[in-house]
Amino acid sequence: MNLLLALILLPLLGAIVVALLRGNERAAKPVALGFSLVELVLAAVAWLSYQPGGARLQLSGSVEWIPQYGISLSFGLDGIALVMVAVIALLMPVVLGFSWQERLPAERSRGGFFALLLVEQALTVAVFATTDLFVFYVLFEIMLIPMYFLIGGYGGSRRQYAAVKFFLYSFLGGLIMLASAIGAYSYAASATGRGTFDWATLRGVLADAPTSVQVWIFLGFFTAFAIKAPLVPLHTWLPDATEQAPIGVAVIVVGVLDKVGTFGFLRYSLPLAPEASQLLAPLVLTLGVIGVLYGSLQAFGQTDLKRFIAYVSIAHFGFIALGIFAFTSQAQVGAASYMVNHSIATGMLVLVIGMIIARGGSSRIADYGGMARVTPVLAGMLLIAGLSTLSLPGTNSFISEFLVLIGSFTTRPVFAILATVGMVLAAVYVLRLYQRVMQGPLSGTALLDSVGGPGAATDPEVAVDGGSGPGASRLALRDLDSREIGVLAPLVVLIVLLGLYPAPVLDVITPSVEATMSEVGVTDPVTSQGGN
Amino acid sequence: MGVVARTGAPDRHSELLAQQTTDMPPIDYAAIAPVLIVLVAACLGVLIEAFVHRRQRWAAQVVLSLLAVILAGAQVIRHAREINTGGTTLSDTVAVGPATLFLWGTLLALALGAILLIADRSIEPGGAFVAETNTAETPRQPADAPGAASASVMDRATASVAGMRTEVFPLTLFSLGGMMVFCAANDLLTMFVALEVLSLPLYLLCGLAKRRRLLSQEAAVKYFLLGAFASAFFLYGLALLYGYAGSVKFSDIADATAGSLRSDTLLFAGLGLVIMGLLFKGSVGPFHLWTPDVYHGAPTAVTGFMAACTKVAAFGGMLRLLHVAFSASSWEWHWVLWTVAVLSMLIGVVSGLTQRDLKRMIAYSSIAHAGFLMVGAITLTERGLSATLFYLFAYGFTTLAVFGLIGLVRTSEGEATHLSDWAGLAKRSPLLATVFTFLLLALAGIPATSGFMGKFVVFSAAFSAGMGPLVVIGLLASALAAFLYLRVIVLMFFNDPAPDGPTVSVPGAFTTAAITLGVVVTLLFGLAPQLALDWASVGGFVS
Repeated sequence: MNLLLALILLPLLGAIVVALLRGNERAAKPVALGFSLVELVLAAVAWLSYQPGGARLQLSGSVEWIPQYGISLSFGLDGIALVMVAVIALLMPVVLGFSWQERLPAERSRGGFFALLLVEQALTVAVFATTDLFVFYVLFEIMLIPMYFLIGGYGGSRRQYAAVKFFLYSFLGGLIMLASAIGAYSYAASATGRGTFDWATLRGVLADAPTSVQVWIFLGFFTAFAIKAPLVPLHTWLPDATEQAPIGVAVIVVGVLDKVGTFGFLRYSLPLAPEASQLLAPLVLTLGVIGVLYGSLQAFGQTDLKRFIAYVSIAHFGFIALGIFAFTSQAQVGAASYMVNHSIATGMLVLVIGMIIARGGSSRIADYGGMARVTPVLAGMLLIAGLSTLSLPGTNSFISEFLVLIGSFTTRPVFAILATVGMVLAAVYVLRLYQRVMQGPLSGTALLDSVGGPGAATDPEVAVDGGSGPGASRLALRDLDSREIGVLAPLVVLIVLLGLYPAPVLDVITPSVEATMSEVGVTDPVTSQGGN
Repeated sequence: MGVVARTGAPDRHSELLAQQTTDMPPIDYAAIAPVLIVLVAACLGVLIEAFVHRRQRWAAQVVLSLLAVILAGAQVIRHAREINTGGTTLSDTVAVGPATLFLWGTLLALALGAILLIADRSIEPGGAFVAETNTAETPRQPADAPGAASASVMDRATASVAGMRTEVFPLTLFSLGGMMVFCAANDLLTMFVALEVLSLPLYLLCGLAKRRRLLSQEAAVKYFLLGAFASAFFLYGLALLYGYAGSVKFSDIADATAGSLRSDTLLFAGLGLVIMGLLFKGSVGPFHLWTPDVYHGAPTAVTGFMAACTKVAAFGGMLRLLHVAFSASSWEWHWVLWTVAVLSMLIGVVSGLTQRDLKRMIAYSSIAHAGFLMVGAITLTERGLSATLFYLFAYGFTTLAVFGLIGLVRTSEGEATHLSDWAGLAKRSPLLATVFTFLLLALAGIPATSGFMGKFVVFSAAFSAGMGPLVVIGLLASALAAFLYLRVIVLMFFNDPAPDGPTVSVPGAFTTAAITLGVVVTLLFGLAPQLALDWASVGGFVS
């Protein structure tokens, strides 16, 4: 418990210190980075002390909060939560490193920006760690507030719209989830005589609930998580948020925040409404596969680099949903590890695209072309991130996507085959992006402008689009500097390492996934087939 | 019926009436001491107006009012520890039980904050309730005379000389006393008298805004006319209920509703009219029309008092009436109040979205909140009661602090309540913007605030009482309402300030204290709600 508590409170403490130092940017930045690095060390210690075959929830602890309603501040990690905590601990120093010199809107302090990021980190760790449904809801909603200010205060030109849209979408989903949580509480109160929000207790009580009750509870949770993880009809906030958010924040949004949704499926939807989950699985699978195809096609058609990432993510979340609701342990292990690998791969993709935008001052794809000649390292990084995104064998995402597809094929062949089309489309949209931005002769208004080549006097709208002054786009086009390489290096290492040797992540995840499967009451069709 | 009065009192009482002697009924002074303290202090305040020199009046009134409220509060706490279930006194006309004491405690604490806001003279020279310069040379002219309207917008220099119209303090105390009796009334007649005692001073208080005299007077007249109608409805309903039950006592009405063969028409017509009067006071749903105008026109400190205390009193009275007198017949009427709750939420949220003035917007938000309160009020379960009490408590403090802060943002013309004036306020005054954001988030019901806890306990109680659909509607309305508050946050933080925008006054000690009280309560009971929930769920109403 102490270690977990430290993991939650340390970034909060860091945020307070950084907020106090925000007048002094030179001091605030290293302090924020220092806190995030200590947090990373703590997360590593937590990982090492975690016993994969041990208790369902480890490092757990509990303090009563509102005894009248059976609410307590209880925390504990299972394997899936642990890897997500590790992912955010890893991404935060990377994001801080990236944002070291990023342009912020006028009159915004970088110290405040970093402090808000650290607050977001603390809340995200807590939301993965809590084992009380009520506390989960509370954190789920509070998490929106720093993010709202990060997008609304530091984002692009339409940031207010994006921030409000993001907030209202998630808040609405959260309230619907609250209705479900209250329903679960009331059911527990009527069934056992004592209402509670404790996850483990509720799981036991609700497993015997009639299917009609479970369906309502499932739908409430599902709405909230489907908005958060965006599944297709509820996804429209993500492209706006990603487009308008500063790059560092976009990494957190697509890398970590959205995972709360998929994590919620695994932790809350399945165990709390086991029968309903199976009953309604076709609905989720349909949405998931639509997400894979729709997201891929949209990504193909995007003209904006940041919106491109958003649709890539939507496609990947479709894959994750498919893996979770296929109800085989292979597919679920694949989905859970995809949550990690998507964070790393897409996180890196966002960062690389951020570096491209920092050079060209525009986020329009058409403004770039042939960068590889001038910036070979940057091109290489985009290629690595892209290949990981399209799940090339040998990169980290491949094993996850493979597990999802092979696992879901045994129970849901039609959905699996349709989703495989998504893999093909992924190769198309990633490589096409790479080709347009990096290959061929140097072209595109943003770049020619900045190197001062022919056509330097181009339309002024380009600079306006990127939200930057004309001075910014006059920067000479240079390759990655050592800070940027340092930011990307850990992600590259992980992409290759986990691609070749995924066992560390899979070993931690597998027991928790199997526990989830047994809570739902599903036996693996694969093993039974193997027995025959 | 828990009876504090001596045993056998009812029999002897009727005997006494027959003999036309005037023997005093037994009085439990310990129970009603808080009300007595407040009302006596109000009377003393009137005497101060008459006999103390003008220069010392302000200090005397402030000390007297604060002292009275604090003493009464201490007595409430002392009494709450002593009693178990509570009982009735004054010939069963007043019932003091745990729930009533909770309401009294809430009312007194809110009134403390409101009096601090009213008393502050540092924000505007002479305070918000500046007196006319009717010194010996000028002909004496009543301040509320029609001619005073144009003359009253005086420049600030004159205002600071003239001092403050200190009669606001006794008026506030009278109103407070009325509210306290209203929450404790055990028969409809006492309730009606209390309703008038709380309303009449409020009508006057509304008309006292100095710089916006016309608006303020319009508000007062509107409030008075509509309030008089509501009182008349209440009285008519009272008469019908008397016809139905043969008594105005809550307990007799409850007995009569429990399976009798009397005319249901009388019962429901009477109940409808009585409830209509109460809904009007609580600014619920379709009976809300006065709210935006009055909130807008009244002096901001008075608006704070009205929004916080009147709401508590109105809902306290309604909870008592429904729980004690009409719980047996709830099956017949509760769908009507379902409709009212839904209407109130929708009207508040949807109309709130179209407002351009901050005070009006908060007024509509209070209508939406009244809808949420209705959800709790019609559960008629013990959990629902304690949840609604907690909601009232939480909402009152947040609202008080909100109006305290609104009063701080001013232009040279006075308060700047137009939304556009608040654009970019975070650049001018980050602290005010942050605190205001926190309060708005509390009103929106974001976790870690008392506003959220209030919503949570109310909705979960309603859910347990089998009102699932209403809970879902309530939650959707909360989501819509969040947009209302987000709009203001966006305006303050992400917009650029107008060049000739308002300034933020540095609040005086009194205003700071009142705002701090509201903010601390909002935060504290968001994090540790059990402190108030424990007290709110000690027990219900007695009759």
